[in-house]
Amino acid sequence: MAGGQDLLPSERPLRLLDETGRRVPGATLPFPDTDRLLDAYASLVIGRRVNDQAGALVRQGRLAVYPSSHGQEACQTGAALALADGDWLFPTYRDTAAVIARGVDPVEVLTLLKGDWHAGYDPYAHRVAPQATPLATQLLHAVGVAHAARLRGEDTVVMALCGDGATSEGDFHEALNFAAVFRAPVVFFVQNNEYAISVPLARQTAAPSLAHKGVGYGVPGRRVDGNDAAAVLSVLDRAVAAARSGEGPQLVEAHTYRMQAHTNADDDSRYRSTEEVDPWAARDPLLRMEAFLKRKRVLTKARQAQITERAEAVAAAMREGLAEDTDPEPAELFAHVFSSPTPQLAEQAAFLADELSREGH
Amino acid sequence: MATDPTKLTMAQALNRALRDAMTEDETVYVFGEDVGPLGGVFRITDGLTAEFGEHRCFDTPLAESGIVGMAVGMAMNGMRPVVEMQFDAFAYPAFEQIASHVAKTRNRTRGRVGLPMVIRVPYAGGIGGVEHHCDSSESYYAHTPGLTVVAPSTVADAYFLLREAIASPDPVVFLEPKKLYWGKEEVDLTVPEPGIGTAVVRRPGTDATLIAYGPSVPTALEAAEAAAQEGRSLQVVDVRSLVPFDDATVCEAVRSTGRAVVVAEASGYASVASEITARVTERCFHSLAAPVRRVTGFDIPYPPPKLERFQLPSVDRILDAVDDLQWEDQ
Repeated sequence: MAGGQDLLPSERPLRLLDETGRRVPGATLPFPDTDRLLDAYASLVIGRRVNDQAGALVRQGRLAVYPSSHGQEACQTGAALALADGDWLFPTYRDTAAVIARGVDPVEVLTLLKGDWHAGYDPYAHRVAPQATPLATQLLHAVGVAHAARLRGEDTVVMALCGDGATSEGDFHEALNFAAVFRAPVVFFVQNNEYAISVPLARQTAAPSLAHKGVGYGVPGRRVDGNDAAAVLSVLDRAVAAARSGEGPQLVEAHTYRMQAHTNADDDSRYRSTEEVDPWAARDPLLRMEAFLKRKRVLTKARQAQITERAEAVAAAMREGLAEDTDPEPAELFAHVFSSPTPQLAEQAAFLADELSREGH
Repeated sequence: MATDPTKLTMAQALNRALRDAMTEDETVYVFGEDVGPLGGVFRITDGLTAEFGEHRCFDTPLAESGIVGMAVGMAMNGMRPVVEMQFDAFAYPAFEQIASHVAKTRNRTRGRVGLPMVIRVPYAGGIGGVEHHCDSSESYYAHTPGLTVVAPSTVADAYFLLREAIASPDPVVFLEPKKLYWGKEEVDLTVPEPGIGTAVVRRPGTDATLIAYGPSVPTALEAAEAAAQEGRSLQVVDVRSLVPFDDATVCEAVRSTGRAVVVAEASGYASVASEITARVTERCFHSLAAPVRRVTGFDIPYPPPKLERFQLPSVDRILDAVDDLQWEDQ
């Protein structure tokens, strides 16, 4: 701890597989075993399918909006697979694929973007917090959940996700600081996809890397190639184990790239060129893992067909679950503001009910 | 603590409420800035760390958003955090957490995640504090759906309302009038006061109703006493619970006198006093002999200590407002 040298991230993002899916020689990270990588691959395929299907559902008018994590599926997958059942995940609006990878029903997840309600799933069922829209705010909640668990003597770890833009928010810094002071078992996992809507990383920070931000709080920072699912899993496994064993919070920065616009409502041609985007297609996390597993001859045709079938089933469930026009119940607007409605809300609910009855509802 | 247990200051009553809640419920945690060994800058948490251990009552880094955000997470995970914002105006960094998460989480999650937490805010003026130490910030909270907002004016209320706030399944912003911290009263803590959501008539009266809360209640009572000397009988209603608001008690009181003055320290524009005035006017219009008047702070940033008396509602201003309630029509 003295001098903080051990807190410093590596000079370059850690890697296990190169862009062609070959093992990087001399890598110091533990290499995940093959079964785990096959799980990761399945999760990558499903994550990609979820992103594609959600995009299509926006175009069909079934979802109001979708912030895609296309290209970031290795991070989405890793965040979910690194956790045990009793752990917690704190996702953002871009982490739908991670939430689904954690086991939450896709249709429930998409309630938010469908517009029927806000958070559509039960956070306690899979220990997944509601997807956070206000940037970095959820990181502090993660600290609180982790601290409460620790006070009860539980060995829960909390994985808290955010993007590069969120590292500029005050709550990011307060969360790292609080977690470090209280030695809360939180893994802060930053998906640096180079853009906060239109603003590039260079306008976000002058730090050598986002992982360096941990040093100021006494939190070890690690950098990983966010398009290398094997490396992401390996780094997150280590971070989760360290947090669980009482070493305090960990900061991991994954270097990745947002392949699509911020959402379907954004036009990324206004701020970046195809010359910039195109090379990232060759660094695709899914193709990289697929090439590795095929070369290793563990991804058989039958197994791949099985995985595709699972992904198609998820996509079909999304389509079916969102096919019907639903009619959210207006009375529910008053139901959850307080544990029981105040006299004022009861009055307002009655007013709306009366208005609706006069309109013939 | 006081040698005579029935005579307490408001600060001691709040301290006892925290102590009793922590004794009865091991999920109650107290944290914030300087609340540990120091006992808080107002000594509200005095002795709690020594009695319950530093895991139950602890100092945090100096960051209000962090304090409230961490409390949200702890409340999500089975605890009942009670956090202290050191002063009213120092709570502003926490406002995003309060408005976007504390207030909305139950609703966002369709009732699945409740946040049983209390944000204690030493608030309002009258203590000669320098800038940023005397804000009346209640309307920010009262305007935010999902927050219960409470402001005690008596020692007994301070105890019982804080106990109820801590036991509540919903988040409560608990506004503690700083200038009343050191006032001593005889209290019987074995007889509960009316709960959150209830206003009470502090002084009966027949000619006009003064409606006040928190730091303005003693001023209203003083004004009523002065008016009585002049032969005018003023009723005083203590709102106590800004959200939920007790329309029934307040309106019944106003209807009984036909005249009302709302008294509050906060700047009047878009304020809780304005809301009360509007509600009373809407509901009691046909019982009113005169328009409802407000005595509030001016619409200025809170003044420096040597000028604060011009900002605070005074007995004279209240009596002038009462004089203005069209008595000539009688």
